[in-house]
Amino acid sequence: MVSFIIDGKKVEAEEGATVLQVARKYGVMIPTLCCHESVAPSGACRLCVVEVKKGKRTRIVTSCLYPVDEGIVVETKSDRVLNVRRLVMQLLMARCPESDVLKDMAKEMGIEPQPAFHPDTDKGKCVLCRLCVKACEDVVGASAIGLSGRGKNKKVGPPFVEDSKTCIGCGACAYICPTEHILMESTDSKRKIWGRTFKMQACDKCGRYFAPVDQLKFISDKTGTPMTELAVCMSCK
Amino acid sequence: MSKINTLEDLNKAAKRGLESIIPPKTKVMVGMATSGIASGAQEVYDALAEEVKKRKLDIILSKTGAMGMDCIEPLVDVLQPNKPRLAYSKVTAKKVPEIVDQIVKGAVNGSKPTYRMDEEDFICLNEKKPYFKGSLPKDLDGIPKISDVNFYKKQLKLATRNCGMIDFESIDEYIAKGGYFSLHKALTKMKPDEIIDEIIASGLRGRGGGGFPAGIKWQTCRRAHGDIKYVICNGDEGDPGAYMDRSVMEGDPHSVIEGMIIGAYAIGSSQGFIYVRNEYPLAVRNLQRALDQAREYGLLGKNILNTGFDFDLRIGKGAGAFVCGESTALMTSLEGKAGEPRAKYIHTVEHGLWDRPSNLNNVETWANVPAIISRGAKWFSSIGCKNNSGTKVFCLVGKINNIGMVEVPMGIPLKEIIYEIGGGIPGGKKYKAVQTGGPSGGCLPDKLIDISVDFDSLWNAGSMMGSGGMIVMDETTCMVDIARYFIDFLEFESCGKCTPCREGVHRMNEILRDICDGRGKEGDVELLESMSQGIVDGALCALGSTAANPVLSTLKYFRDEYVAHVRDKKCPAGVCKALIRFSISDEKCTGCGVCLKKCPSECISGEKKKTHVIDQTKCIKCGVCKESCKFDAIIVE
Repeated sequence: MVSFIIDGKKVEAEEGATVLQVARKYGVMIPTLCCHESVAPSGACRLCVVEVKKGKRTRIVTSCLYPVDEGIVVETKSDRVLNVRRLVMQLLMARCPESDVLKDMAKEMGIEPQPAFHPDTDKGKCVLCRLCVKACEDVVGASAIGLSGRGKNKKVGPPFVEDSKTCIGCGACAYICPTEHILMESTDSKRKIWGRTFKMQACDKCGRYFAPVDQLKFISDKTGTPMTELAVCMSCK
Repeated sequence: MSKINTLEDLNKAAKRGLESIIPPKTKVMVGMATSGIASGAQEVYDALAEEVKKRKLDIILSKTGAMGMDCIEPLVDVLQPNKPRLAYSKVTAKKVPEIVDQIVKGAVNGSKPTYRMDEEDFICLNEKKPYFKGSLPKDLDGIPKISDVNFYKKQLKLATRNCGMIDFESIDEYIAKGGYFSLHKALTKMKPDEIIDEIIASGLRGRGGGGFPAGIKWQTCRRAHGDIKYVICNGDEGDPGAYMDRSVMEGDPHSVIEGMIIGAYAIGSSQGFIYVRNEYPLAVRNLQRALDQAREYGLLGKNILNTGFDFDLRIGKGAGAFVCGESTALMTSLEGKAGEPRAKYIHTVEHGLWDRPSNLNNVETWANVPAIISRGAKWFSSIGCKNNSGTKVFCLVGKINNIGMVEVPMGIPLKEIIYEIGGGIPGGKKYKAVQTGGPSGGCLPDKLIDISVDFDSLWNAGSMMGSGGMIVMDETTCMVDIARYFIDFLEFESCGKCTPCREGVHRMNEILRDICDGRGKEGDVELLESMSQGIVDGALCALGSTAANPVLSTLKYFRDEYVAHVRDKKCPAGVCKALIRFSISDEKCTGCGVCLKKCPSECISGEKKKTHVIDQTKCIKCGVCKESCKFDAIIVE
């Protein structure tokens, strides 16, 4: 165990924990966009920055990645921290002017859009948090989507922006996306995502469409469970 | 070639090498680094080969790296037995027969060499070997010694000690210069900890820009837990105008390799990587050849120098992303992924390449290591200034007379680099600033001309050492435009992982473009300042967190130029097209008609011997008229 200070409060934590984890445990609110408990943190959005004093050195770090250490002093709302958060929010709002999630977050944080930034029109609601890519690769194991390009033209999508051959239509990416950028259209028998239409499996017992056939095939291939067993929905199992 | 197992074997190779460095017959060397080839050295080399063949001469023709003074290349050095080594500059294929005539006659007449060398310095061996005995031949009177040439006078070559001096294709010549003797000493006479202590005592700091003490890094990596450890060379030099690492990799690849083997032994590593950008094809080729040679000699691979130490090196080629010069992005790229940096809260010496302890140093740092091991920490730390021992290689480019690569002791006043080595500003123009540290560095104004060039002084002045680019600017450079140029470069090179760098630098670029185009608004400068602070604090990697430096340092020293752009809609340096206007002075114009002929948009009119006029509606503000006017009659407002 190590003990240290967050916003003047003495806290204790397991070694190896991140500042963000400990802050949340103690009810200290730190905003984030790219952090999710299902995947490893990447430190991409930079909203969760805090000021850490370690010995004589004070610096701004990302709390989602910074490991706790004995005796450090963490400030989550210093002027420097708030200046970074304001800039990040204003930049993201200019990138994704249509995102209500960002607007609500900004409102809560008391941040107005920066009028000097001309809003983008081609980025949708994607803040490039990369949660979708990580979920698809690390949680689902399909690696159907990735990042291409660099700088402000970096993009999430299937390779070569073609219809993905490896996407199983599970929708984990749409589920984890913090800004509702990834669109998944579902009707009873069909689901549309990343430009492909997936056939849904009807439950052998109740007849309800419950999962894409490709997803069940993917699970069957991975686990060796026969498709007949997988063709029953969770409620009927 | 048989393997080198003993000191005796090494001495034999050195003897062979010395016979080729100072041979008993005429040797002609052509500077064939990229800088030479770019100025036409290949044609010169071909013409020399042709001429030698035609005249059936018994002459050795060899290729060397870059001596440094790029502005006088192609460079052809002639070394005849018992005579000084003569350097002919700006040689063209046409001039070759005449030079060969001089070689055949054994006397200089006609085209004169630019300088001569009377002896060759063997830094690692601490000795100088004269090229000739007795007095200087009469025909060489008036040809200056290299040490009297302003460009070289104050230089001290350690990292670039062999560049331009040895045949970069010959491992024997490298050995003759004392190469691999340091490795032998390290492996047979020193314990790993002793080597690390020596490097710590030498005060060698990382030459890639950060200036972290190399020995401490090695020590931390040695102490880190893990069976497999890596040593890595960062050869992903990407700053505009910087090419010192390229020159070392091209001209003296073995110095880097030897440094890395010594480092690997000290750290306890058996595998290393040299990461080079693929836009450096000659560096890749020369390094690959050198690796093959070292392996053939048993200096790489299993049981090096018969000591039981195993180590091998591979080249990793980068695809040219600037961010891959950042250590974690470089490692991610080596792992085969897209080069994106990661947070360094846990250092790469503990968790680096493939999560294993990895020690990364740049080309110049590694190249210094053999010299330190052979001459000792005390010698090395006696060079340079406090906390900044040794030398630093810089690339002096931009508005400067002597463009080239220079290596100087740390702590040298900037003034001496600009005015003595660099020969001042061309065209009698006024010096304005120098950009050090590449795009992430900053601009140092005229008032800091006396600054000591070392890691700490540059950092305190708001710039940084960086890898060593030095871009000189004169009064015709607009500092807002320069900041915009570097920000534009950084926007293009941002990997896009973190928000402040990806979006922030892009927005700063938009604001700067507006300012340069005359659309600057009140409050823009303050906004740039507050954004800069946010980016410095908020970005993920060193590239991002220093991305605002070009703006911050130009704002610090040239704020009035920003104000002139925003408030007065004027560009004091006469660069930003939207804010300037060309006209012709009634007093000075002689009506010679040169500008009229040169103007590409045909907007100048006027009768001969009468003042000409510029049609403002057609003028594209290209500046050709100003450049071509001999009477200084073109006014830029």
